[in-house]
Amino acid sequence: MRAMSRTTTPLTAVEEGVRAVADALPLTNTATTVPALALTSLAKSYAGVSVLRGIDLDVARGEMVFVLGPSGSGKSTLLRLCNRLEEPDGGSVRLSGEAVTGPGIDLDAIRRRIGMVFQSFNLYPHLTARRNVTLALRKVLRRTRREAEATAMAALERVGMADKAHHYPAQLSGGQQQRVAIARALALEPEVMLFDEPTSALDPELVGEVLGVMRDLRQGGMSMLVVSHEMAFARAAADRVVFIDQGRIVEQGPPEAVFAAPQHPRTQAFLARMQGDWGAA
Amino acid sequence: MSPLERFQDAFLNAEVLARYAPAILDGVWVTLELSLLIVVLGTLLGTALACLRALEIRALSLAIIVFADIFRALPPLVLILIAYFGLPGAGVFLSAWTVLLVILGLVLAAFAEEIVWAAITSVERGQWWAARSTGLGFGQTLAHVVLPQALRLAIPPLTNRAIAITKMTALGTVIGVPDILNQATTAQSFSGNASPLLLAALAYMAIFLPLVVFSRWLESRLTWVRA
Repeated sequence: MRAMSRTTTPLTAVEEGVRAVADALPLTNTATTVPALALTSLAKSYAGVSVLRGIDLDVARGEMVFVLGPSGSGKSTLLRLCNRLEEPDGGSVRLSGEAVTGPGIDLDAIRRRIGMVFQSFNLYPHLTARRNVTLALRKVLRRTRREAEATAMAALERVGMADKAHHYPAQLSGGQQQRVAIARALALEPEVMLFDEPTSALDPELVGEVLGVMRDLRQGGMSMLVVSHEMAFARAAADRVVFIDQGRIVEQGPPEAVFAAPQHPRTQAFLARMQGDWGAA
Repeated sequence: MSPLERFQDAFLNAEVLARYAPAILDGVWVTLELSLLIVVLGTLLGTALACLRALEIRALSLAIIVFADIFRALPPLVLILIAYFGLPGAGVFLSAWTVLLVILGLVLAAFAEEIVWAAITSVERGQWWAARSTGLGFGQTLAHVVLPQALRLAIPPLTNRAIAITKMTALGTVIGVPDILNQATTAQSFSGNASPLLLAALAYMAIFLPLVVFSRWLESRLTWVRA
């Protein structure tokens, strides 16, 4: 979406020149135009009931895409298909142009490059915050203990949790747990991050700290696919909003457009329900 | 003889006690050694089977379930007699000691498999998702994330079951394993006096009472963990 809007503005001569050079260098070109995550015709059904009926969705590099939709519309399933925690029945997923779906793929190596944050945090309760972060660094990336701990502390620092490194999850608030969970994903330097309703299990006063971390990530250029009901945050921080209903993308666009003037009746009805009390404008 | 003296003579005959105490002590070592090996063999095999079941390969899971159900359903004494008196007919000769170790080890493994499997399934699916999403493999996730949580849940029931099964080493008496009870019944028939049996009871208490107390302590310490 951002890439498209860029092409619609008139190019200056310098930009033309840059583009010409970029086009001549396939590698550079690839790095700038291949989406971080590309979903094509993704489909999933459970016991014959279609949950997703062909989702086409790209997340550009550095883009934050928000997925909205009524509960049961398959949003969380969509995220779990992206790193194949669940197997899609059809369609394909590509990560920075590389196939995620298909035969002969080192799935663990691919998953490592896709960060995931869950509604219920899913921190390992028997490990401290720091060891939650170091586990994959040690066992997947084979870092030494010293390296892993330095990386983990840097990641915890980024989410403002360095001072709680030696706490167990049960000793942390929900917001703190979710920030540690974000650090756990972040430490592996993922190319894209998936957020599955990251604030839905939090008390209202703890939502802000998690959204703050996500905003920082967005500003740091992280590519993000977010399933969430935080409308105000989507409006303020998202590059694009995608509305899913009955397993299909019904409408998408920049948040200001989708929120202010939804085109599809189902989007209108959903937004009216979600924003009912404080007006849909 | 007064009733009290008759009781003392029957159960606390000093001469008989002194004569047979060394034999019963020999039995203590046999029982201890067997118990230890049964616990190690049974819990390790049971845990390994539960882990294999977590792979969710249908045929493998079915085989494990059949094994666990049969060995939990049959009285261990029946299995011991079949193995000791039946197997030689099929050309397999095992010593009484080996039969007791293998059968009780397998019975404990059957129960341990069920206990550990139940604990593994009670670990939330989100724990698997979180670990796999960071690139940890199935085995790594099991070893570093799921099993540490599952075993914490499994240890109290596992301890109880281990005590229940190792007590059954007394069944070895029927096939001639020289354990505590065997030494005591032999001594009782030679001396015509029940004092060795009381000594045997005391020996069992010395071995198992600390374990029972230990399991009670473990239970009180570990049950709050998931609250």
